Amino acid sequence: MNAERDSPPLTAQHRRGGTVVLCARGVRVHYWRTRARSTLLAVDGVDLDVRAGEFVAIVGPSGCGKTTFLNAVDGLVPVTGGSLTLNDTPIRGPGPDRAMVFQQPSLLPWRTVLDNVRYGLELQRRVPRREATRRSREFVRLVGLRGFEDAYPLELSGGMQQRVNLARALATDPEILLLDEPFAALDAQTREYMQLELLKIWRQTGKTSIFITHDIGEAIYLADRVVVFSARPGRVKNTVDIELERPRELRVKRSPAFVAYEDQLWSEIEDEVSRSREQELQRA
Amino acid sequence: MTTFARPEETYADRPPEHERLVRPRRLRRWEPFLWGGGAVLVFLAAWQLVANAQLVPALFLPAPTDIAQAMVQMFQDPTIWIDLQTSGQEFLLGYGLAVVVGLPLGLLAGRYQRVAWSLDPFISFFYSMPRIALVPLLIIWFGIGIYSKVAVVFLGAFFPIAINTMAGIRSLDPALLRAARSFGASELQVFRTIALPGSVPFTLTGLRLGVGHALVGVVVGELVAAQHGIAQRMSVAGTTFQVPTMFAALIVISGTGVVVTMILQRFERRFDAWRPQHS
Repeated sequence: MNAERDSPPLTAQHRRGGTVVLCARGVRVHYWRTRARSTLLAVDGVDLDVRAGEFVAIVGPSGCGKTTFLNAVDGLVPVTGGSLTLNDTPIRGPGPDRAMVFQQPSLLPWRTVLDNVRYGLELQRRVPRREATRRSREFVRLVGLRGFEDAYPLELSGGMQQRVNLARALATDPEILLLDEPFAALDAQTREYMQLELLKIWRQTGKTSIFITHDIGEAIYLADRVVVFSARPGRVKNTVDIELERPRELRVKRSPAFVAYEDQLWSEIEDEVSRSREQELQRA
Repeated sequence: MTTFARPEETYADRPPEHERLVRPRRLRRWEPFLWGGGAVLVFLAAWQLVANAQLVPALFLPAPTDIAQAMVQMFQDPTIWIDLQTSGQEFLLGYGLAVVVGLPLGLLAGRYQRVAWSLDPFISFFYSMPRIALVPLLIIWFGIGIYSKVAVVFLGAFFPIAINTMAGIRSLDPALLRAARSFGASELQVFRTIALPGSVPFTLTGLRLGVGHALVGVVVGELVAAQHGIAQRMSVAGTTFQVPTMFAALIVISGTGVVVTMILQRFERRFDAWRPQHS
């Protein structure tokens, strides 16, 4: 894993030519609905390749199955059709090669920031405790929380809690980082700032990342490639390569190129959003 | 040397205006005790007045001073220590057993639905039963020594402890369980890192409620049939119309409950260090 980091793919073009880490072919995921006592097809036939070092964003209307797909990649829900492989090995459950940054901070409230960041390492028992603590301290700093090591999560703001959430995932040194709308619950200003911070951290760590969001601007700003999901059942409707230069400042969001991407993606997604709304109304 | 301080010196110690406006008054910290203690004193004084005025015969309502005297006499008699030791043993053994059995059962029932289903009929049956009704039976089974009382105490304390622990595990944040699973936590790791610490507030509430039930068990058990014990002493005092002694024994029993509850509250506060303090 370190060898990869020594020679990170510098540009989006390079990354697109890299080795495929995650390979999804016709992935289907069914859900069991306890109350209706029936299955629901949440993801239907997703084809997707994610290459080493790439930052891929998945956008789609709410309820389109993008989170379900990510959960399947993490191994939290089983794939019911097609194949989903990580380095040619089928995904059968959670593993140390993947780490999730959850939409909710999901921090243990009785543990300090440092102990929360160490939590994943502690569970995986791959490094001795002292080394785990040292590494956790490093990642607390990387996400900009130096000085807050001994604070409890409830003493932190929502943005800071999400930093801990991110540091916890990074500390386990996964091959692929899964981010499930991590900034959705933050206020607009904090969200923008966190996006900038995430890009910095991504540059420093070179982690292959899949980022789920319903915010088109967020997807364009962060990603090398934006994958548009259709309304439920989710499948890949289109993929748009984002050719914005890196490093990207927040200013880039007001550039003509950025706005053009927004227009393009918005028109892709518009029909899906209205279909998704209709589905919701039918259910009600 | 003048004994008068210069004005600057006098004012130097005074906090500045802005601080005086926002700083909480010093009195606040011991104010609860002042009011609580004051109320008790007023109550005792009123009681003393009523008793002294002989509005009620002294046999029925002894004055606080009579009770204090009876308390002193009670502790001068060395046999009190046998009673205290007996009751103490009944309480500690019964309560300890309830913790040792109730805690793990509550944890397991909270985590594993099948354990909960298996326990449910017993818990519903015993919990809705007035367990005091079992005392005569327990005395037949375990005799009038301490073990019948241990059993009563156990039955009293077991249910609040087990049920609250179970509720604690059930109320765990699903987001935390998901995070643990995502990081590949084993069942044992989930137990140790999430279920146990997450259910501590509930468990401690159960332990605290259990103390009250356990004391009821000691008293009821001893009132029905016993050779020694603080409630047995109270019962003897009652049949011989020593009302002040009854009150003295009652104070010992309640005092024990207050002290044990306070200790447990200390614990609760220690385990809640992570909760932000609201003043």
